Amino acid sequence: MSEFLLETKGLTHEYARPGGAEPLAVLDGLDLQVREGEIAALVGPSGCGKSTLLNILSGLDRQTGGAVTIGGAGSVAYMPQKDLLFPWRTIEDNAILGLEVGGLKKKDAREQVRPLFAEFGLAGFEYAYPAQLSGGMRQRVALLRTVAMQRPVLLLDEPFGALDSLTRTQMQLWLAETWQRHGWTIVLVTHDIREAVFLADSVHVLTPRPARVARRVEIELPRPRTVDTFGLPQFATLERELLGVLTSGDVG
Amino acid sequence: MTPRRLIRMLWPPLLLAAVLLLGWQLLADHSIKNAEVLPSPTQIVSAGWQQRTAIWHNAMPTLRETELGFAFSFVVSWVLASAMDFSASVRRAVYPLLVASQTVPIIAIAPLFVVMFGFGIGPKVLLVALATFFPLAASLAAGFANADGDADRLLRSMGASRWRIFWTVRVPGALPFFFSGLRVAITYAISGAVFAEYAGAESGLGIYLQQMQQVFRADLVFAIVAVIAVCSVALFALTYLLERWLTPWRKYERAEKAGR
Repeated sequence: MSEFLLETKGLTHEYARPGGAEPLAVLDGLDLQVREGEIAALVGPSGCGKSTLLNILSGLDRQTGGAVTIGGAGSVAYMPQKDLLFPWRTIEDNAILGLEVGGLKKKDAREQVRPLFAEFGLAGFEYAYPAQLSGGMRQRVALLRTVAMQRPVLLLDEPFGALDSLTRTQMQLWLAETWQRHGWTIVLVTHDIREAVFLADSVHVLTPRPARVARRVEIELPRPRTVDTFGLPQFATLERELLGVLTSGDVG
Repeated sequence: MTPRRLIRMLWPPLLLAAVLLLGWQLLADHSIKNAEVLPSPTQIVSAGWQQRTAIWHNAMPTLRETELGFAFSFVVSWVLASAMDFSASVRRAVYPLLVASQTVPIIAIAPLFVVMFGFGIGPKVLLVALATFFPLAASLAAGFANADGDADRLLRSMGASRWRIFWTVRVPGALPFFFSGLRVAITYAISGAVFAEYAGAESGLGIYLQQMQQVFRADLVFAIVAVIAVCSVALFALTYLLERWLTPWRKYERAEKAGR
């Protein structure tokens, strides 16, 4: 058993192209290591192959080369970029979706998620419909739906990308606080370097397509992270360092 | 919908209808003065009232045909649209024929159906189904096709089967589309049955209408037409009730769109 809960070794992926053209290489020997209970952020230029990586990690696609190992129950709970709440389901029934698909009876699934509502700031909204909620709340429902599946790894694809700046910061603070209590293992894909530094224990910087990990940066900021974390001198240094990696030739 | 909003929605068309009816009444009473050419609204109402038993007895089979024909086309459209959603080759094979079925002129084939299936209820049910089935099937197919591919992917990442995805995402997502199609279809339903009876029937509003035309009872013809229109509007209104009941989340979506 390796020390990592999620690990990829030499992950490659190519898409066949029509007309006998060279296949398109999207991932090129990507190595990723995520320890149990860690938040690992993935940052990279747009179009670098992150969605392909997410599809492989979430089991929607199969890589053409290399290996993915996930400990525990062996699969990730995937939270897509859009909240994808079903407008016809109440908040409670959206939250149990993963459990229901997993074969649990509705009634049992509801009982299982009920205690989580207060912590996610959703108490009293169990029977509301998604259209009645604000963007931040909808995002929390989507996260609740992901967490409720009780899979060993949470895969979050730009979870706060669609929110306004203030709500996004509030959500980051809330996630840091909630994570502190649960110790989830999270793979966090983001475009936001600030978000990566604030939330993560390690940041993997990806190269442009075909993607590999250009640099793994450990974020050794003290926990718990709070609003004061943004003011730490190391915070600014790390942010500056990552920005440097992403904008310099290092990446390519 | 609050009673207040209902009133606000209903009074303009009711007022306009009242004005038009009044104009009609004046025209018939003071200008045309011939009930065989243009009976006045009061003449129509009193003739209809006198013949209410005959109208009632003829309306029942027509509504029965409408009901059965509609039920038939409902089942067939769900089965076909689902099959088209599950298989692209079924879709390619069926869709053009679906469109073609809509171009068949009901008036032309109604007599053929009577020749083939007799004067009973069978050919009427088939014609109602034929008239209503295209808007239902097409709107359902569009609703299924409109499903969010990302929702599919989310469910697949959770380990859902194709059937599970169909029931969890596609069916509820297609309901608003289905109701649009239902409203179009339902306006064809009763007139489809009336057309079918025109071609030959033992009883029904269509055959009654034809008989009254032959004896120049314009007042009764108008009364029958009014009954057909009232029934159609009632069915139309029923679709809204059904929609509110089956898609309760929609009112919040509309409120959200309106900007709260």
